[in-house]
Amino acid sequence: MHVLLDNFALFRHGFVGTLLLTSVSAALSLALGVLVAACRVSPVPALRILATVWVTLLRNTPVTLLFLVAVFAAPRILFPGTSHFALAVGALGCYTSAFVGEALRRGVDSVPLGQAEAARSLGMTFPQTLRLVVLPQAGRTALAPIGSLMVALTKNSAIAGSFDVTDLFAEQRRLSATGHDVLEVFVWIALAYLLITFVISELFQLLEHRLAVAR
Amino acid sequence: MSDSPVSPASPRSERAVPPSGEPLVVLDGVNKHFGALHVLRDIDLTVARGEVVVVIGPSGSGKSTLCRTINRLETIDSGAISIDGRPLPQEGRELARLRADVGMVFQSFNLFTHKTVLENVTLGQIKVRKSPRETAERTARSLLDRVGVSGQADKYPAQLSGGQQQRVAIARALAMEPKVMLFDEPTSALDPEMINEVLEVMRQLARDGMTMVVVTHEMGFARSAAHRVVFMADGRIVEQAPPDRFFSSPRSERAKDFLSKILHH
Repeated sequence: MHVLLDNFALFRHGFVGTLLLTSVSAALSLALGVLVAACRVSPVPALRILATVWVTLLRNTPVTLLFLVAVFAAPRILFPGTSHFALAVGALGCYTSAFVGEALRRGVDSVPLGQAEAARSLGMTFPQTLRLVVLPQAGRTALAPIGSLMVALTKNSAIAGSFDVTDLFAEQRRLSATGHDVLEVFVWIALAYLLITFVISELFQLLEHRLAVAR
Repeated sequence: MSDSPVSPASPRSERAVPPSGEPLVVLDGVNKHFGALHVLRDIDLTVARGEVVVVIGPSGSGKSTLCRTINRLETIDSGAISIDGRPLPQEGRELARLRADVGMVFQSFNLFTHKTVLENVTLGQIKVRKSPRETAERTARSLLDRVGVSGQADKYPAQLSGGQQQRVAIARALAMEPKVMLFDEPTSALDPEMINEVLEVMRQLARDGMTMVVVTHEMGFARSAAHRVVFMADGRIVEQAPPDRFFSSPRSERAKDFLSKILHH
């Protein structure tokens, strides 16, 4: 208990850091994921290819490697002077977007084709059909897998702590380095992660329940 | 179905006024292949404004495909299709605009499962026709009343019977104020006791002068509501005639064979 109480400010700092990193990356991954899914089912071949390359590349790269690229390579070529926080968000958000996109695409596959035909018969354009009819239903189907992805994202965010971004993991390293009982520090840090992931899981369960639609 | 093909035609009191003769849907030399399969062969068909055309034929004869080419849910390989004097455009906004004028009713209803019945009927009006929500809802409620499901407006499609769902689907298509309505086997997925409630809505629509192309196996409907029966086999239009003449004295062997199979049992 001592470790937590004596260093509460540090813990809080790390907790808020992780929370911020996770939520901004989650928002980015969801927005990009919708875009990726939309491109993958688009009638335009170029968009389909682009999305496929995006998914294949990001899904098959170790996330640590992505962080290395984001933090050390990207600023040199593209974004000099970008904060490590923004770079970490970029790496995490893009990485997770590939998985979100795939979950959504599987959701799209679960929507009966006839509904898209009905929407087109009413005179809806492709984007309207996607936005009003297909994606809302795909999203409901994909909620459970996306919930798991957000939990995974929370845990992956710990890698950012190794790259100079303030988060729980960074604080753990700092506390361990300053001679506190490593085991005790670990327990508190783990509990803090657990708290966040638990809230995310519950949130998605609630959403699933709310949005369930009989087929 | 006890009538034999040679029995005298029944009186057709329900028949709408004869069509004006002004062409609304024109198919000219339409061909389509699914891979090696030639599903539509040199189809020429003109549907006049106000006319009710019922397309019948054995399964695999291409009648559903024919119906789906009219609003370009199926593309064609050669030939031309025009609606109200305008050729079907390529995929895109133009085509979307034209589709809004062509109502379509599917075998499997295809209602939007995540929307209520009322929302199903207002969605196209609001998003495609850009009608204000209140106007759209008023139109929707009067249409739901017309097809006899006004009590179900706030339910979701899955809570309705098949017959009710199909009537909602008809209301959804009518909400766009289409120039022509396409029915692709609208009663084939229904339990027998629900077929009539859907056919009755369609008969009423025919009496009101709606231009209709109906692909169906319901010979009773063809007899009582059609101005013209189009008989298809192997991707061709083999024979077309007013229903009394077609059912009492079909000329082609294919039609005689088909009718003897479906009318004797």
